[in-house]
Order: sequence, then C-alpha cells, then structure tokens
Amino acid sequence: MSRYTSATDDDRREMLAAIGVGSVEELFADIPAGVRLDRPLSGLGEGLSEQEVFEEFRSLGERNVSAEDEVSFLGAGMYDHYVPALIDSIITRSEFLTPYTPYQPEISQGGLQAMFEYQTAISELTGLPVSNASVYEGPSAVAAAGYVAKYSGKGQRFVISRGVHPHSRETLRTHAHAWGMEVVEAPLTGGVTELADLGDDVSAVIVQQPNFLGAVEDLAQLAQAAHDAGALVIAACDPLPLALLKTPGECGVDIVVGEGQSLGNRLDFGGPSFGFFAATEALMRRIPGRIAGETKDVDGKRGFVLTLQTREQHIRREKATSNICTAQALNALAGVIYLSWLGRRGIVELVELMLQRTAYARERLTAVDGVSLLHDRPVVREFALELDAPVQRVIARCRENGINPGYALGRDYPEHENGLLVAITEQRTKADIDRLASVLESAIGAEGRAAGAGAGARA
Amino acid sequence: MIREADDTLTIYERSKPGRRAFVRPELDVPERPLDELLAPELRREEPPRLPEVAEPEIVRHYNRLSKRNFDLDTGFYPLGSCTMKHNPKLHERIAALPGHARMHPLQDPSQAQGALELMWRLQEALGEIAGLPHVSLQPSAGSQGELAGVLLTRAYHEDRGEHRTKVLTPDTAHGTNPATVTMGGYEVVKVVSDAHGNVDLDDLRAKADEDVACLMLTNPSTLGLFETGIEEIERIVHGVGATLYYDGANLNAIMGICRPGDMGFDIVHFNLHKSFTQPHGGGGPGAGPVAVSERIEPFLPRPQVVRRETGEGNGSRDPFYDLDHNRPKSIGRLRGFQGNYGVFVRSYAYIRSLGAPGLREASETAVLNANYLLAKLREHGVAERLPAAYDRLCMHEFVLSGEPMRRELGIKTLDLAKRLLDHGVHPPTVYFPLIVEEALMVEPTETETKETLDRFAEVVAEILREARDDPSVAQNAPHTTPVRRLDEAAAARRPVVRQAM
Repeated sequence: MSRYTSATDDDRREMLAAIGVGSVEELFADIPAGVRLDRPLSGLGEGLSEQEVFEEFRSLGERNVSAEDEVSFLGAGMYDHYVPALIDSIITRSEFLTPYTPYQPEISQGGLQAMFEYQTAISELTGLPVSNASVYEGPSAVAAAGYVAKYSGKGQRFVISRGVHPHSRETLRTHAHAWGMEVVEAPLTGGVTELADLGDDVSAVIVQQPNFLGAVEDLAQLAQAAHDAGALVIAACDPLPLALLKTPGECGVDIVVGEGQSLGNRLDFGGPSFGFFAATEALMRRIPGRIAGETKDVDGKRGFVLTLQTREQHIRREKATSNICTAQALNALAGVIYLSWLGRRGIVELVELMLQRTAYARERLTAVDGVSLLHDRPVVREFALELDAPVQRVIARCRENGINPGYALGRDYPEHENGLLVAITEQRTKADIDRLASVLESAIGAEGRAAGAGAGARA
Repeated sequence: MIREADDTLTIYERSKPGRRAFVRPELDVPERPLDELLAPELRREEPPRLPEVAEPEIVRHYNRLSKRNFDLDTGFYPLGSCTMKHNPKLHERIAALPGHARMHPLQDPSQAQGALELMWRLQEALGEIAGLPHVSLQPSAGSQGELAGVLLTRAYHEDRGEHRTKVLTPDTAHGTNPATVTMGGYEVVKVVSDAHGNVDLDDLRAKADEDVACLMLTNPSTLGLFETGIEEIERIVHGVGATLYYDGANLNAIMGICRPGDMGFDIVHFNLHKSFTQPHGGGGPGAGPVAVSERIEPFLPRPQVVRRETGEGNGSRDPFYDLDHNRPKSIGRLRGFQGNYGVFVRSYAYIRSLGAPGLREASETAVLNANYLLAKLREHGVAERLPAAYDRLCMHEFVLSGEPMRRELGIKTLDLAKRLLDHGVHPPTVYFPLIVEEALMVEPTETETKETLDRFAEVVAEILREARDDPSVAQNAPHTTPVRRLDEAAAARRPVVRQAM
C-alpha cells in the first residue's frame, strides 16, 4: 500500500472474493505472456518519503539561477512580471485545481463562468468578438491559427514575418509541412515587416505585435496589404501592450493569438502558461478548442455551458477543426484574475510605466560606448540593441555581476550576430536599469581591452 | 424587500468606475509625453473594458465561483479515460519553489542545470516505463503528443522515400485520434472491433496495405479491455511497413506490468495529467511527452534535453545537461521553449515518491478497483439493466451499456448521469465509446477506497430502483445542483460567448 492508495490486505481479500478470482495477478490474464515485463522497472528507485522528495526537488531548484537570484532583463516571449498573491490563493483552491474539463455543466458553473469572463477580457484586449477558452501556448497558437486559415482561405502559402517569434515560425513550419503548404518569410526592414508582392496564392499573412525585436508594427497597413491579396491576417500579440496599442480588431486582423504567460502566470521554465485565440464572427465556427457560452436552465436561471461543440474532436472526429482537448484552463483563470486585479485603469498605468522605463532604458543603454539601437521604431517593454563586442561574452561578464542583460539574438538572427534583446518589466526599477548600464559598460570595455590585447599579441 | 445575493453576476457586473485593486509602483524615471513614445495613430482610443473591482470583491467573486464547481478533492470522479486519481499536495509546494517557478525558459543551460537534470531524469523514467529508449517532453498535452506521433511517422516514411496516405484507427478510438490524423495530413481509415471488443484482425488485415503509414491504438482500449491479439496486430502493422502508435490515455492500467515498447509499439504518448497526477485544472494544463524507438529517434522535436558526459568538451567532472538544437532530421518544434516544465516537476515527484514498486502497485490497485466495482454493480443487480458491454475481466476501467435501462425503465444514460449529481458523485464518461449503445465508461482509479466504490454501486442501484417507481425523477435530474439542466441547443444556436458591455 502506497500513501496514495488505501486497499488494506483485508480489503484486497474481500475485493478479490467479490470478483471471484484468487489473486490480483489473475486480473491481468488477458495480457499475453510474451509481452509481460518479467522484472521490476529499473532506475526508478524504491519510492521516497514526502520529506525526502521535497528535499530532492528543493536541491534541484537550487541548482537553477532563477529571476530570484539575479537581476534579469530576459524576455523574448516570457516575462518576469509580478504575480499578485491573490492568484495563488484562488487557483490553488481544490475546486479550480482538481476538476476535469467541465463536461457536466450543472456542477461546473464556476469554471464555465470563469471561462466566459476570460473570453470577454481577451475580446476586450484584442478587439475581436470571439475568443476561445485557451489553447496550449503562444507558438502553437500561431500554428492553430494557420490551420484555420488553411481551411478558410484559398492559397497554398503562408507568409510569415521575420518579426514573428522564432519558435512560432518554426512551429508553423513543423505543421505546414504536413499540410503540404509552403512557409515564406517576409523580411524586416528598419525593424518592421515589409510585405512585398504577395501574389494571389497566399492563405494567410502572419505578423507579430510588437514584433520579436520589440518594434510596434503598423498593423492596419499590414492587414490592408494582406487583405488586398485575398489572404487572412493573423497577428500574434503580446497581451499587455494591447492595453495601449490600437486593437488588432480595429486594424482588420482576422485572428489574434498570443502567449498569455505575462498575464498572471509564472515563468515555470517555459510552461505551463496559456495561449489565447480570438477571431472575427465569420470564423466563429472554425475556432479550435473549448468555448463557454451563456444560456439558461430549465427553471430559467442563468448558466454557462461549453458551446459550439460540433467543431470539436469528441463530436466531429476526423472533421474536427482541431484535435485539441485538454488546454490550459487553470492558467487562463490566472489570466482573467490578473486582468481583473489590474482593472481598466490599472492595466493602462502598468503598461505606461513599462513604456516610460523602457524609453529610459533605451536612452540610458545607448549612451554606453559600444552600444547602439538595432532599430529606432517605437517600442513598449522590449527593445533590441547592437553591441560592438561579442554578445555572449558580454552576457557572461554581466552575469558575474549578478545581471542577466537579456537575450542574445545571434542564434535566431545571424544578421544581428551581436544583437541583444532587453525586456523591462515593472519589476525592473530605474536603479536596476542604471546598474545594467554600468555593468554593460564595464563588460564591453573589458571585451574591447581583451580584443585589443589579443590583437597586440598577434601583431 | 431584501435583494437576493446573485451568484451568477459576472466580475464585469460587479464593476464600478473608480474601484481598483492594483496600485502602480512608483514612476522612478523622468516622464516623457506619451505622444512622443507612441504616436496617437498607433494607440487605441479607449482602454479595454476590464472590470473595476477592489481586491476583497475579486477574492470573494472567485471563491464563490469555486463553490459552484465539483472537484476531485471533494468527491468521487470516475470519469472514464480521464484517470482522475488523487493530486498529491506536495507537488504544488515544490512546483512553487522559486528555483523552479521563477526560472526563465531562455536561461543559459549552464544556469539551468537543476531544471535540465530533472527533465533528463524524467525522460529516462518515462522511457523505462514505456519500454522505449528516447523521450521528448515537449508536447503540451495528449492531443499534441498524438500529433507529434503522426508527424514523426510522416518524417520516418519520408526519410525512406515513401509517401503513404492513410492512418488506421479502431472504431473505439478517442476523437482526438481521427482529428489528429486529419491535422497530420493523412486520411483516416476505421478498423472495426470484433465480438469480444478487440480489434477485428481480419478487418485489420484487409485494410493494412502499403499506403498505411500507421496504426494508432489505445491498449487497454477505451472499452477498458486489453487487446489480446496485440502480438498479431504488431505483425500485421509492421508487416506492411507502417508504424505502431500507442495512445497513452490508458497507461494507468499497466505501469510496471507490461510495456508498449515490448509490445512492438514505435511511438507512445503519455498524459502526465492522467497517469502522473498533474491536476486537471478544469481543462488543463497537461503535458503529452512521447517515447520512441531507435528508428524514430532522429526525428524527435527540437530541442532535445541531453546529458553530456565528462570529456564531451564540458570541462567539468560532472555531467552537463544541455539543450540539443542540432538535430537535422527533427520534425522541428511543436511549441515554444521546452514544454510544460511545471508539469514535469509534479510528475517526476510522483515517480520519485512511488518508485518502481509503487507505480506497479498503483496499476494493480486501479485494475483491482475497477473489477471490484464491476462485480459490486453485478451483486446489486445493476447488470440486468446496465450490463457490461463485453463480459470479460476489465483493466482499469469498464464500459456499461444503458440500452436495457433505457428500454425497460425509460431513463437514458444521460438521465442516470444527471441523477448521480444529486448524490454527490461525478458521473462516468457517457456516450463513449461510440460502438456501445448508451455507453457509460467508469474509471475509479487506484486512489479510491473500497467504501467509496461500495457507495457508488449502492447509489447506482438506488437510482435504478427509483426509476422503476418513477422515471421522471432521473429524467428531470439534477435537482440539487446550483443550476439544473441547461439549454445547450439555444447556446449553440445564438452563441453568447462574451459579456455584453
């Protein structure tokens, strides 16, 4: 008997007698001898006490350098925002933590109403009328939007901006290959997307707002160009900046997706978080995943149900609009609690604070010798720099001083070999930014001297 | 008259201009005019209409909502194929430790050794449980694991210069299987079941040809039955050069007892939110890692967590855990970053807590509990009206048919399910699998006591007795829930999917 099962020896005897077999072994009689495992599973240990497990996982955690241990300017898709205490208090409640997907609406009104409230918040942020109850996360949401376009549009090609997160671009390629569709990249010029002759066989144009390099795109103009070519427009959006930016809906975007982590979810080394997915009324019946809708019960009382289920795999099977089943309900709940906590005025104040600090950081850092702007477009909470020194070595030097200066762009953008992407959440103060500037200055200086010394030695 | 407290008010309906919970941290940099930073033509005119509510009211609102949910920590939840086993509380504590919870996913591997070692060790453990050597943790849930499996199959065949067009799925398959096949760019071909609930081998032989890329199989099947012909199935499928895919939804029946790899499967997906205790969260998060054989390994998603031993240029005496992006034959990414790490923490904690003997014991008890509950239902005479769809020993779950009940008592499986709600029990899965009329699929799991199972059998017997006297009670159930039966047809006809402002 382990600590999570309760069958005693007596129970076992009674239960076997009721079944009419002599041993547990006999219950497995249908498994052919040839495929049975004739030894214990190896390498899994014999089991540990609760405190031993706690200790082991605490010590694994201590071998990580988290946002608790350094001043981190890492972003690039996930951000170290402050998560208010009320979120943990609510989402760790058993009633939200432990139910399954709400298949029985009469006893799932809490979860269903929370989904409805969440969908409303996503609609408000994106300016689109229909949101689902969540998808897995950001990059796969881009692929999910591509799947909707594949069936709704006409063309055989996706045009995706080079300003879309590299993980999203790669995820789309993984999927598009199976659909027999081509993925073409639209280049960035001066930090923003340039859509040249789209031709007439483009299924969807996919852009990101703000783009991966932090630049705010002219979404309305991009959407116009895509629609002129008969393509659907998909925008992957960072949800917080949407509090200030013209809504994608207003700009004519057909599908808005994005990574929801920055809305009240932890970093968790990349997940679980949630993806959001919103679309126009015209696409309502092609959206993937769960959607909660309002209705009434037999007594006329207000209630909520999963609706438009004829899109889904458990009903439509091979004709479903997606295979998604389990998504990210708990993370989306954290998202709507966070948005309620920020509130209508608070979200604007928060994003304006980041905007101001980001502007300050951009100015402060480009004043450092050997640092320049990668582009000069408007930004909200993230911006890209070019360094005059090997970026990986500069990062390593900054780290020795307890600062993680940001994300090195070289792997994803070889054209910006020494590019650095810097994110400023509300947790990074002016003092942190000043410290980053001074540490960066010393690091670049030291690299310069090292290079000089190296050159001298070779001469 | 005193106004009634309305529990169905939304957070938006509790909003009042001027209220707030958030207090902005100090603006500590010189403020610049907004227009200078973000031109007016780039900005929205009105802020999003989010609620304006103070903290006490937000907390009370969501706590009240929570009380309108039924949950596993409160009552029996025998939802077939969903493996609603206990979610250990320790896991929430360790997943919340800052060393895990505040880890940025793009942190340099040298600064993420604890996280990467944990992932590597989980890969090893899952590989051993599956009997397949290579594991990718990346897929976000079972359905994405399935898609990974189909894309891996495609990559494998294409690498051999073959272009196959069809994927076989049994008629008992979860809806995600055929939906995944379509998303993976293949055509679905359905294989029927035989009189014993197994895959019909003759039908399989007839449909397995050189155009078939893969057979997706759940074993034990969604009928809760072990495919006794699994060895022959393997010969047929591999005989035409197709891959054999294992849907891990029902892995909870066989941990440490038999392994998909030893049955000849090439690809397995796990549902960490089923067999490995990640809480379901009311519809996620989950995680759907895949384990594969040697020949499928080159195609696994990027990046892969690897352990580099001393001497592989890591300059230290300790092994170094790394993310390997250099995988030229990989299908690529299925999502961002490295997967649902928080889920990995919980599931690996579960594996460490139980160890090899505990996992085996979990599966044995799951099967014992299911068979006991089935026997108990028979003992109460329930089997006359709700017979087992197939008269065999079951594995961790079983399927009953409510057809005689509908015919003789005038209550449908749906009515029985709704009446269970009045008894504080979450109903089993209903109307699935599709091949069983008025199906009721019951999965008690290993973490339920004998007393709970006894009570469930009594409750079902009581509902049948009651229906004999007056079927309208069940037909109109539930009676005691916060709301009663809801008009789903109206909701779909005129969808209201957001709060009107």
